[in-house]
Amino acid sequence: MVAAIVLVFISAILVLAGAPVLEVHGLLVTGAVGSWSKLAQVLRVWVPLTLCSCGLLYTFQIGLWNIGVEGQVMLGAIGATAVLRLGFDSALPGAVLGAALVVGMLGGALWALLAGLLKTWGGVNEIFAGLGLNFVAQGLILWLIFGPWRRPGVASMSGTEPFAESLWFPTPAVWRISPHALGLTLVALAATALVLRHTRLGLALRAVGGNPSASYLFGLKPGRLMLWAMGLAGALAGLAGTLQVTVVYHRLIPAISSNYGYLALLVVMLADYRLSWVPFIAFFFAALNVGSIQLPLVLQLDSSLSGVIQGALVLTVLLIHAWNSGKAGTRWTT
Amino acid sequence: MDLELRDIHKHYGTVHANRGIHMRVASGTIHGILGENGAGKSTLMKVLSGYAARTSGDIFLDGRAVDTTTPAQANRLGIGMLYQDPLDFPSLTVLDNFSLGRPNRGGGLNRRALAEELTRLCRDFDFDLEPERSLEQLTVGERQQLELLRLLSLEVKLLILDEPTTGISTPQKEKLFGALRRLAAAGMTLLLVSHKLEDIESLCHAVTVLRQGRVSGEMTAPFQLDELVNLMFGTIPAPPPRGAVASGEPVLLLHEATAGGDRAGLGNCTVSVRRGQVVGLAGLEGSGQGVFLRLAAGLAKPVRGSLTVLGTQLKPGDHHGFRDAGVVFVPTARLDEGLVGSLTIAEHCALTEPHPSFRIDWQGAANTAAQRIARFRIQGSADTPAALLSGGNQQRLLLSLMPARPRLLLLEQPTRGLDLEPARWIWAQLRALCADAATIVFSSAELDEIMAFADRVLVFYNGSLVRDLDTRDSDLDDLARAIAGK
Repeated sequence: MVAAIVLVFISAILVLAGAPVLEVHGLLVTGAVGSWSKLAQVLRVWVPLTLCSCGLLYTFQIGLWNIGVEGQVMLGAIGATAVLRLGFDSALPGAVLGAALVVGMLGGALWALLAGLLKTWGGVNEIFAGLGLNFVAQGLILWLIFGPWRRPGVASMSGTEPFAESLWFPTPAVWRISPHALGLTLVALAATALVLRHTRLGLALRAVGGNPSASYLFGLKPGRLMLWAMGLAGALAGLAGTLQVTVVYHRLIPAISSNYGYLALLVVMLADYRLSWVPFIAFFFAALNVGSIQLPLVLQLDSSLSGVIQGALVLTVLLIHAWNSGKAGTRWTT
Repeated sequence: MDLELRDIHKHYGTVHANRGIHMRVASGTIHGILGENGAGKSTLMKVLSGYAARTSGDIFLDGRAVDTTTPAQANRLGIGMLYQDPLDFPSLTVLDNFSLGRPNRGGGLNRRALAEELTRLCRDFDFDLEPERSLEQLTVGERQQLELLRLLSLEVKLLILDEPTTGISTPQKEKLFGALRRLAAAGMTLLLVSHKLEDIESLCHAVTVLRQGRVSGEMTAPFQLDELVNLMFGTIPAPPPRGAVASGEPVLLLHEATAGGDRAGLGNCTVSVRRGQVVGLAGLEGSGQGVFLRLAAGLAKPVRGSLTVLGTQLKPGDHHGFRDAGVVFVPTARLDEGLVGSLTIAEHCALTEPHPSFRIDWQGAANTAAQRIARFRIQGSADTPAALLSGGNQQRLLLSLMPARPRLLLLEQPTRGLDLEPARWIWAQLRALCADAATIVFSSAELDEIMAFADRVLVFYNGSLVRDLDTRDSDLDDLARAIAGK
């Protein structure tokens, strides 16, 4: 049912954009899953998108709008890069990579906690705090790339000096995608499912999200739980940032987060905040992103069409949800 | 404009807020609508002013049936409402606010003509409002004056005032009342919604009293206040015979405690509640009972005076500390403060598990839920979300979630909105707890509930504790007068 709506919807947008509907659909499919190398490319987008979406589930459960995922991804990338630069000639590259993972997750978590503290202590709305910190993080990356971490000789937008190959997570030639990255993402999915469904923490997050006053009377501490949610979300975003550095780019680049933080918000909303749908919708979005690269090459259409499709799709689904729950069409007089 | 309401019903989901209301108000009179919080006054006024659509019934203006389904429509019919919190735009100027809500006749607004009209109206009513001042610099009383003038300039013929004397000073109140009397003399119809007997007494020509969604009585001036209190709270039956008031060690001691909150706050309250007592807090809504309970629960801090609970000075405002010591607070607004609407009964059980483990035992939670559903006779199953339960079943769930063996039980209107039988059943459970040496302090809008179940009654008026009596030998007339502030 949903798939049918989605298909009709995308077609409608294509007609509006004056694009040949069938050809575009064909190109999107072949462009995304037409070959193993294309599929591997899609999975490389799927990994950070799924990690960020998992993190967002914690904050949405407790009713927080964690807009700062972008910044948290960047801080994860910065943390990991710092560790890899320090341990560039280490005899134990495995240990350095492990440390990079830990520090990257911590970096993302701390950046998220900063937004959380601004909310719980400073009374700053988490949306503004997150947005502000995103800009700060972007500034920090540019400063590092053009300042202390610039390439010897010429500083450029292409990023820092690449790491030694021993400090990459290995990507087997036939796989074309790092098994470590896939494995860590699956672990994150499983852990999120476990925490949200079967632990007291998950239940408490939902309780506070549903009614903070009642939760306080039940003995829960809403402020502390908000920080937990932010910390967990930030750690997963930080992990995404770390993998961008250690698996995909092997250096720090200005666009390291590739807007996956914002895209993940759309993924989670389209999934109706349900974890079970997240990996599939993240895959669909990743496929759209990768598949649309073919559009300008073959049909002289702009690849930003995929962004239009994603955004409009989410708005439509939100509207359908609102209709189903009877919220749409409410008079604003009551 | 003559107003007549015939058989007005209003349902909000499962709540039947107005249950067949009949009322007639003659042109040129000030008519009071009296009733406790939750009696259905606000709903009735919302129906009349177009903010809520009625479920059934008819409204007649000057004998003609009319339909008020939006505020704009009600405005066109000449119905205007002055809200308790003025519905205005603080960032705009006085004149900007004055010019809002005018029917669009094309050609834009003539600011100079509007300013002249405002100045003329101000002179007429002896109000002092500068057109170019920002609304933020005005007091609530002045904003109310502005809103009144705005409605008058819109040629309102039926004016509804919702608790107009809340938050304004005495001179402002005198001015307002003077203006209202003049408007009535000029033929306007005024409805005054209030639960303050003094306002009704000094202003109204007639009054309709609502209780639990129905008209419980009508009266014309001069009013007999005792009779009005009876109509508001129900006829008070003779208290059942009961043993002596328990006199164990003090569990709740307030000494000259003062705190803010509600309408009137609580001033200089000194009282001692002993173990095993059941104490009822009486008074009009917002007279200090709510603040008293929240102080005792550690949800509010005293600004002056001291509070000793269960023999120790717990940290004021730290409800969790109070909770650990054995204080249980059950709020009246079940879905606002008491329960999480989206969580199921089993999830509530897991959440309030006294010895929680990190991993939730869902099977165990489902079993606990089944036991509580059986014991508290809740109509629902373990996986029913709290929001889908009826009010009475939400109250049962809330009570079933109370920690075992509370030492001090604080209840806000524990049977509000419940029918007689469920209310009795809940009290049987509560009294059984008390036999187990717990102390119960509860507020109630129903005097008969207090007379039937409490050993002792504390009456609050306008933020002060004015009576402290044993329910066995209280004089009911005296109690009614104390509630009315006489």
